[in-house]
Amino acid sequence: MIHTYKNNGYNIVLDVNSGAVHIVDDLVFELIPIMENDRMMSDEDLSSRLGGRYPIGDISEAASEIRELADSGALYTPDDFETYVESFTRGKLDHPVVKALCLHIAHDCNLRCRYCFAGEGEYHGRRALMSYEVGCRALDLLIDKSGGRKNLEVDFFGGEPTMNFEVVKKLVAYGRSKEAETGKKFRFTLTTNGMLLTDEVLDFANKEMHNLVLSIDGRREVNDRMRPTAGGRGSYDVILPRFRKAAESRGQSNYYVRGTYTHYNTDFAKDVLHLHDLGFEQISVEPVVADPSEPYALKDEDVPELLEQYDILAGEIIKRRKEGRFINFFHFMIDLEGGPCVAKRLSGCGAGGEYLAVTPWGDLYPCHQFVGEEKFLLGNVYDGIVNKKITEEFGSANVYTKPECRDCFAKFYCSGGCMANSYHATGSINGNYETGCRLQRKRIECAIMIKAALSEEEGDTGS
Amino acid sequence: MKHIRTLNTRDYKRSTVKGGCGECQTSCQSACKTSCTVGNQSCENKNR
Repeated sequence: MIHTYKNNGYNIVLDVNSGAVHIVDDLVFELIPIMENDRMMSDEDLSSRLGGRYPIGDISEAASEIRELADSGALYTPDDFETYVESFTRGKLDHPVVKALCLHIAHDCNLRCRYCFAGEGEYHGRRALMSYEVGCRALDLLIDKSGGRKNLEVDFFGGEPTMNFEVVKKLVAYGRSKEAETGKKFRFTLTTNGMLLTDEVLDFANKEMHNLVLSIDGRREVNDRMRPTAGGRGSYDVILPRFRKAAESRGQSNYYVRGTYTHYNTDFAKDVLHLHDLGFEQISVEPVVADPSEPYALKDEDVPELLEQYDILAGEIIKRRKEGRFINFFHFMIDLEGGPCVAKRLSGCGAGGEYLAVTPWGDLYPCHQFVGEEKFLLGNVYDGIVNKKITEEFGSANVYTKPECRDCFAKFYCSGGCMANSYHATGSINGNYETGCRLQRKRIECAIMIKAALSEEEGDTGS
Repeated sequence: MKHIRTLNTRDYKRSTVKGGCGECQTSCQSACKTSCTVGNQSCENKNR
């Protein structure tokens, strides 16, 4: 399976099933699809198929290079992974491991973000703060169920976790106290809206948090429209100085400013670049997840502009990087050489298996986006997972159980996409959220084009 | 090659030999809580 596309002046060919990426000239770009089903086609026949627009000598040379790639397993590679991935996912179901928790430390929030999937912090339930005792049981469960995994991930999430900051501090201390005796290593993340990001919180985060996620949507008017306080005022002017201080104090790494774009800012590239202009180097701005009936939800007719925005952003990122102005856009990150193995790439996001969400009162759900949807309740931190049917369903999901993913070039990069998005769009975790898929495919194409552009500049081959 | 420039990438097939250790970051534990991105994660298997 191959995927060919043109972007920013580059002809790019992905050999989907080997992971190989080729930057080719116009002749090869045309020849590769023609030769897919007949690699030994004669030069004369190839010339005929190309309408005689290229010298026969060039065609012969290019065809020879194509055959060389195919012989080396870097082109026209068949998909041999289905049995492997089924076996891998079966193994995970037979020997389940939990290695990451999203701790809903506070189902309460001091902002009233209009698009919040947590229903302004409460997840369609009651306002609540997680107790230290529930948090400890969650960490115990994680240690107990983590098998041979050394690195354990815990995200302090909400609502707004700093509204329950004393418990966050105590749980970090509890986790650290368990590291030596268990051989585990906790990687904590704090996701915050910044309203309570005091020097004390920041100092603590810089000492203990592997990652810090700072929520801001971009331009002041964009942010304040969707992220007002409970009193209806904008949050931008309160959080911005704190976020800048946080980014600088962390040496511009191990953090993200993270925003959401909606129907109201389909020109979101401006928001990403605004954040960069403010001095942030680690930026994530993502499409809103919303019921289609919401006025801020992305519409089908928004998609062409959104795709164009990714192109604009990619071009600007290349320009800024070449000028020596570093910017990392999360959704254009791609690790071609050191990225994950096939098992990771094809076996789904891990929700409901290695990744679980924990409510303030200790209930377990497949992930943060399913919290509050009672049919997905898995169990609790005291009894563990009791609803095995759900874990079986989530654990079995992979790109081969999703019909639309099988023939999609993006499957090795998105792992079949977000199961919550699939469920909310189609009623099945094996369905496809087509708008999300269109955006995802575009992001991958841009990310690889950026690699091609920057590797050309650096004179190497993409490392 | 004259017509083709190939970027350095990880060979998927070879990754099946020692893959699946599970030490890499869970997708949603990064910046992203609303989509699934695994292509940007780094492999943490020291023995690959």
